[in-house]
Amino acid sequence: MLEIKNLHVAVAGKEILKGLTLSISAGQVHAIMGPNGSGKSTLSYVLAGRAGYEITQGTIRYNDEDLNALAPEERAAKGVFLAMQYPVEIPGVTTLNFLKTALNAQRRARGESALDAMSVLKLVRKKAGVLKISEEMLKRALNVGFSGGEKKRLEILQMALFEPKLAILDETDSGLDIDALKLVAEGVNALRAPDRAMLVITHYQRLLEYIVPDRIHVLAGGRIVAEGGKELAHELEAKGYEHIVGKAA
Amino acid sequence: MSAAPDTKKQVAEIGEKYKYGFVTDIEMERAPKGLNEDTVKYISAKKGEPDWMLAWRLGAFARWKEMREPNWARVHYQKIDYQNAYYYAAPKNTPLKQSLDEVDPKLLETYKKLGIPLHEQMALAGVAVDAVFDSVSVATTFKAKLNEAGVIFCPISEAIRDYPDMVKKYLGTVVPVTDNFFATLNSAVFSDGTFVYVPKGVRCPMELSTYFRINASETGQFERTLIIADEGSYVSYLEGCTAPKRDENQLHAAVVELVALEGAEIKYSTVQNWYPGDENGLGGIYNFVTKRGDCRGDRSKISWTQVETGSAITWKYPSCILRGDDTVGEFYSIAIANNFQQADTGTKMIHLGRNTRSRIISKGISAGRANNTYRGLVSVHPKASNARNYTQCDSLLIGGKCGAHTVPYIEARNPTAKIEHEATTSKIAEDQLFYCLQRGIGQEEAVALIVNGFCKEVLQQLPMEFAVEAQKLVGISLEGSVG
Repeated sequence: MLEIKNLHVAVAGKEILKGLTLSISAGQVHAIMGPNGSGKSTLSYVLAGRAGYEITQGTIRYNDEDLNALAPEERAAKGVFLAMQYPVEIPGVTTLNFLKTALNAQRRARGESALDAMSVLKLVRKKAGVLKISEEMLKRALNVGFSGGEKKRLEILQMALFEPKLAILDETDSGLDIDALKLVAEGVNALRAPDRAMLVITHYQRLLEYIVPDRIHVLAGGRIVAEGGKELAHELEAKGYEHIVGKAA
Repeated sequence: MSAAPDTKKQVAEIGEKYKYGFVTDIEMERAPKGLNEDTVKYISAKKGEPDWMLAWRLGAFARWKEMREPNWARVHYQKIDYQNAYYYAAPKNTPLKQSLDEVDPKLLETYKKLGIPLHEQMALAGVAVDAVFDSVSVATTFKAKLNEAGVIFCPISEAIRDYPDMVKKYLGTVVPVTDNFFATLNSAVFSDGTFVYVPKGVRCPMELSTYFRINASETGQFERTLIIADEGSYVSYLEGCTAPKRDENQLHAAVVELVALEGAEIKYSTVQNWYPGDENGLGGIYNFVTKRGDCRGDRSKISWTQVETGSAITWKYPSCILRGDDTVGEFYSIAIANNFQQADTGTKMIHLGRNTRSRIISKGISAGRANNTYRGLVSVHPKASNARNYTQCDSLLIGGKCGAHTVPYIEARNPTAKIEHEATTSKIAEDQLFYCLQRGIGQEEAVALIVNGFCKEVLQQLPMEFAVEAQKLVGISLEGSVG
């Protein structure tokens, strides 16, 4: 589903990713772990198509298409979803209205009919219960005054609503207490599906106790320096990044 | 590079953007070009006005000749040649119609393009429309139902003939003939407009609405509106404006006067999308308007809501004179300026009575190379004890070449006055846009969404059917402002 080869990415002229290679098949959950400044967020933004992240070398193939040729909103319509580390606030726009606008924009781009407000509300209600998202929260302006946990839960709600093919979760665990973390992880696990791939980006192995990955990649200095099964997370936890990164270098 | 196809494409695109830019081909009857006493007499004669009205106009004209065009606003334009314009234009052969069936089908077609099918509105929306086509009111609907309630809703030319005492009593009492250059000009040459009277204790059974539209080229539109809400009454009035595209600039200098007697409430909403000019700043309407409401009786209330997206230049300060005790004045405004548009708009809240309250919420949005100025005055007079004002001015910038300016004037001459002023300036952040894009919302739709959110407090003040139109308008007027 996703095939990244020798990817070099520069931000403001500075090279952050330096030859990253990675592939994920449908149905799999991969984790990317790495120390601060290793290029984890850069990878998530470049996959989503954020302006300012320039590919200087290498390729990203997504379902046999050149991902870089697509605008961010086209990628979204084709099933690329990024749960953000810092979801943004949009004052005056209710959460429900935002969900409806986004869902219908994606549907229209795929040639599907737009849903009316009532149908969207029904759909949202169905998905919101598991994540303990109240109607009251849906009426509030998008992310305005939301707690860290509420923001992250809303990201997962959107993931459930849009049913992406490739979901990238950027530091979804950051700023969450253990209860919130469990809730979010349950939401994510419920979305594991044979036709869906997930890329879970995290600094700590804590999240991976709840979302158990098929494969772990360690990112350091803009490159994958180590790979392994879920047990790699424990090794990292016990010995630290320094150990693994040092060994690779 | 082949220039010709490019130009063609550009022209086509511009046409796309201003969807009201069509011209209806109807034979027009005009006053001779230029402005002198004869022009004033011509207009008055065309309207079949009584002598007192002509005398009033001539008095205004004499004063106007002595006045100078104001230059304190933050707007720039070529000097207007007042002698090189027509001051009266009317579709030929249109005595007042008894029913819509008698109206020129072409005219009705124009309204359809504007999205106000009269028949449909009559049936569905329950809105009475007094449609001003250039200068003459051609169709007045729902008269019967309003008559029943005792509400008078008619062209002002008709009111001058049929209700002279009422017009004499109130005309020019809120905006005096000599108030300012443009108001005085309007007093001399106003061609038509709307008159509303709501009797004591009557709650007007429907929203009243007038669509203004400038059609003929090089004509100014000088409409005059007078609304009187008698004791304990309520009326909500909606005004929508559009104008076709033309290369030359057109002048629009309207005067609106509102009078609220004891315990009365007037809600006045405007959606203005006059032609703003093209991407290079060519053409567009000069919108120099004087709007003022007088809370003459105790416990009366006047509320202005405006959505200003059009015009090359907007110079407009809908104001409230809080004369009675315990009166309330409100001003809710959205002003959008894109490309080369200039908007200098705001309000004046004049606190004269005791326990008077005013509230100002202004949302200014600038994009392209546009400049948007909020200019407001809150004045508390010595006798206005316990006056309260709350002002909130928020500016949103899109792109790096536009400007937002806030110019609040505050005069407090009573020590019990409480005046609050809050102002913010923000930009549409790159991370907000990216968030929307990532969720599949395209750039233009994202900007419209964010801006509508920014304007929400004001949009909520509009009547339902207008709010939807206004939201769409916000999106349309900012097309092409990002990226």
